[in-house]
Amino acid sequence: MKDCDKFSKRTSGGLNLKATELRLGLPGSESPERDEGLEDKNLHPLGMVKSLVSGAKRGFSDTIDGGPGKWLLSGSGGSEVGLGKDTVLFSPRGAGTGVSAAKAECSNQQTSVVKDKVPQSPKPLNEKKPQISAPAAREQVVGWPPIRSFRKNSMATQPQKNDDDAEAKSGCLYVKVSMDGAPYLRKVDLKNFCNYMELSSALEKMFSCFTISQCGSHGVCGRDKLSESRLMDLLHGSEYVLTYEDKDGDWMLVGDVPWEMFTNSCKRLRIMKSSEAIGLAPRAMEKCKSRN
Amino acid sequence: MECKRKNEKSKSNSTFPDEVLELVLGMLKSRKDKSTVSLVCKEWYNAERWSRRSVFIGNCYSVSPEILTRRFPNIRSVTLKGKPRFADFNLVPANWGADIHSWLVVFAVKYPWLEELRLKRMTVTDESLEFLALKFPNFKALSLLSCDGFSTDGLAKIAANCKNLTELDIQENGIEDKSGNWLSCFPESFTSLEVLNFANLHYEVNFDALEKLVSRCKSLKTLKVNKSVTLKQLQRLLVHAPQLGELGTGSFSQELTPQQCSELGSAFKNCRNLHTLSGLWVATAQYLPVLYSACTNLTFLNFSYAPLDSDDLAKLLVHCPKLQRLWVVDSVEDKGLEAVGSHCPLLEELRVFPADPFDEGIVHGVTESGFIAVSQGCPRLHYVLYFCRQMTNAAVATVVQNCPDFTHFRLCIMHPGQPDYLTQDPMDEAFGAVVKTCTKLQRLAVSGYLTDLTFEYIGKYAKNLETLSVAFAGKSDWGMRCVLDGCPKLRKLEVRDCPFGNVALLSGSRKYESMRSLWMSDCKVTMNGVRLLAKEMPRLNVEVIKEERYETHQARKVYVYRSVAGPRRDAPPFVLTL
Repeated sequence: MKDCDKFSKRTSGGLNLKATELRLGLPGSESPERDEGLEDKNLHPLGMVKSLVSGAKRGFSDTIDGGPGKWLLSGSGGSEVGLGKDTVLFSPRGAGTGVSAAKAECSNQQTSVVKDKVPQSPKPLNEKKPQISAPAAREQVVGWPPIRSFRKNSMATQPQKNDDDAEAKSGCLYVKVSMDGAPYLRKVDLKNFCNYMELSSALEKMFSCFTISQCGSHGVCGRDKLSESRLMDLLHGSEYVLTYEDKDGDWMLVGDVPWEMFTNSCKRLRIMKSSEAIGLAPRAMEKCKSRN
Repeated sequence: MECKRKNEKSKSNSTFPDEVLELVLGMLKSRKDKSTVSLVCKEWYNAERWSRRSVFIGNCYSVSPEILTRRFPNIRSVTLKGKPRFADFNLVPANWGADIHSWLVVFAVKYPWLEELRLKRMTVTDESLEFLALKFPNFKALSLLSCDGFSTDGLAKIAANCKNLTELDIQENGIEDKSGNWLSCFPESFTSLEVLNFANLHYEVNFDALEKLVSRCKSLKTLKVNKSVTLKQLQRLLVHAPQLGELGTGSFSQELTPQQCSELGSAFKNCRNLHTLSGLWVATAQYLPVLYSACTNLTFLNFSYAPLDSDDLAKLLVHCPKLQRLWVVDSVEDKGLEAVGSHCPLLEELRVFPADPFDEGIVHGVTESGFIAVSQGCPRLHYVLYFCRQMTNAAVATVVQNCPDFTHFRLCIMHPGQPDYLTQDPMDEAFGAVVKTCTKLQRLAVSGYLTDLTFEYIGKYAKNLETLSVAFAGKSDWGMRCVLDGCPKLRKLEVRDCPFGNVALLSGSRKYESMRSLWMSDCKVTMNGVRLLAKEMPRLNVEVIKEERYETHQARKVYVYRSVAGPRRDAPPFVLTL
């Protein structure tokens, strides 16, 4: 569970630069001085929520500042998008795993929530749907929501519902694709692709709208300026890895097994923040070994 | 076998023999009543302590085993709660304490005839389980909820050695699940089991051993198996035990032939005493209809590990007219809750758990309209635990207007500090409505964007409130002060991530002696404040959990509780006792 990031604080001036430093600290490890001034008095709660949502996409904004992460499809079967065997799994700069809206509402408190950069102006994408803007900002707060670990773990391994099975029988292989920080999921038919490369391109196109809005917030590039190469750069520079849930309910790294084996066992896909992918690779390797 | 009172007959003017008084007082069932009578006079105190057979200790550090056994010589049943509740959510580091072993060592001498042990949030090792199994020849009932520290090896020792065991109830524990072999350790001569719950254990047990066990334990009333038990196996178990009152099924996902399906349906039909049903484990509803005939007298349905959708739930609930308690996953959505409102007029308790607490997929879940729908159809509702992603003040006001008898109101808006999603107002008025309307309220958990006004309301109106849980709420010390000043029956206050500091903490100094405990984490309390409290109130245990990453002047995790046992002697190095 994520208990390793802290949340930045807003000062009454707007940007608290010290707090914008990305740090991998445990809750409370660094405590910027509390502003007793209750700066959020001046901010309408809605504004807070919106701006926090924009912060949810922050993972990409890191990439704009540089830092070589990789969009990783490792291993044997598929051809990858410019990766070799010794690529790193996640950006060495690591860390920001999302933004907690808690911070806005409770910015005069120290909290054990995720720390990340201060949000910029609200994103157009999110303003369309204010009522789901809060959920899109996925927080990583220790012990929140208050559900016993036992229950959390049990629910995590629930198998898919019936409708997926029905679709599989009809000759297509639709699986859900989620991306960390995106407000909604997509579905892809794995039967449309022959190898990992095609799947990867399709996903990049599908989720490009989210990367675009990342750009937009910084005014670096607008929608019309975004070229395909720039998009690929973004994605390769990102801290995301592509993972999937297999029949056993385990989360695996995409690309380790032959394509057919993958399509047979893949239940859903998730474009995961690299920082969460720690520990995934070893498990994937073990599983491969036990299969062979 | 009992310890007899010797030379304890106090001189009294009463001609009422002590033994009779003991007998009479021993008939009191309620803990509160027993406590009260013991305060009447010395004679009654003594009679009560000799008559007492069961004891409940809400905080294991509030008393020591020595003090306990000295006061109550004849105890057969002990219930102990250990860690602060936020330990369930990983806020308490491992090895914090609450180890049962030191208690067992004393009990082995003072309560050799101990029959029941019920533990919640305690650390229990395999060694302790073995000790329990070997030292207490009359041991009958073991219940472990949310405990840690043991493995299935310890369970094997219990199974093998407790010849008179009637109850083995293992729930939601953080244990090392090594294998299912423990179940095979029940000897073939063993027939006394009445309650068996291993629903939350992972590994497959030997089905043959399970089947034989079930068939020879004719008094079995509660059987809750784990996911690994298939539908075909379940059918065989039900044939052996149609007398079951509580059933936890295995996974409802196996493929069955029509014949097998019909056999399963008949087996369920024969279970005429079934009042509690749980399990299911999967979202596929194909075989739910086999349950229908068993649901007629169902009062408690626990599908909190089964993410059903609204249609499947609705179809099932049609057959459950007598339902009083329902636990579901929010995959049932508002539509499912509308079905609850339509079909379950006798409902008293509803718990809705989130399928996807970290928003990893398309999140629907339940909203304020589902909540309202239930309240409209279920006027007797008095216990709710509701996880949702959006709520409005108006909706909560409507709910409590429909159901003014709430005793337990636990609302968790999953996004910390989220306002009323329609008006963007704080959720103050929602909880204001709750406390103003629900005069019987004993337990409250608040969430959402809350100012100090919420706490003003609580302090002003919640006169029966005993337990309050607060997270990411409030604006200043004033909020917490309102609660401490205003709630005379407050026993447990647990607070996290709120802007309450030393002033708030110290404002309750006197009050903490009348409470079981106070937990404050990630608030604005400093070491100075905590030290001051400890100095002012020497009979309180004031503890700070230190973690290296915190700055030294902050008191990030504070646990304060009354105790007659003095400061802990077993505190690990990261627990500072002040």
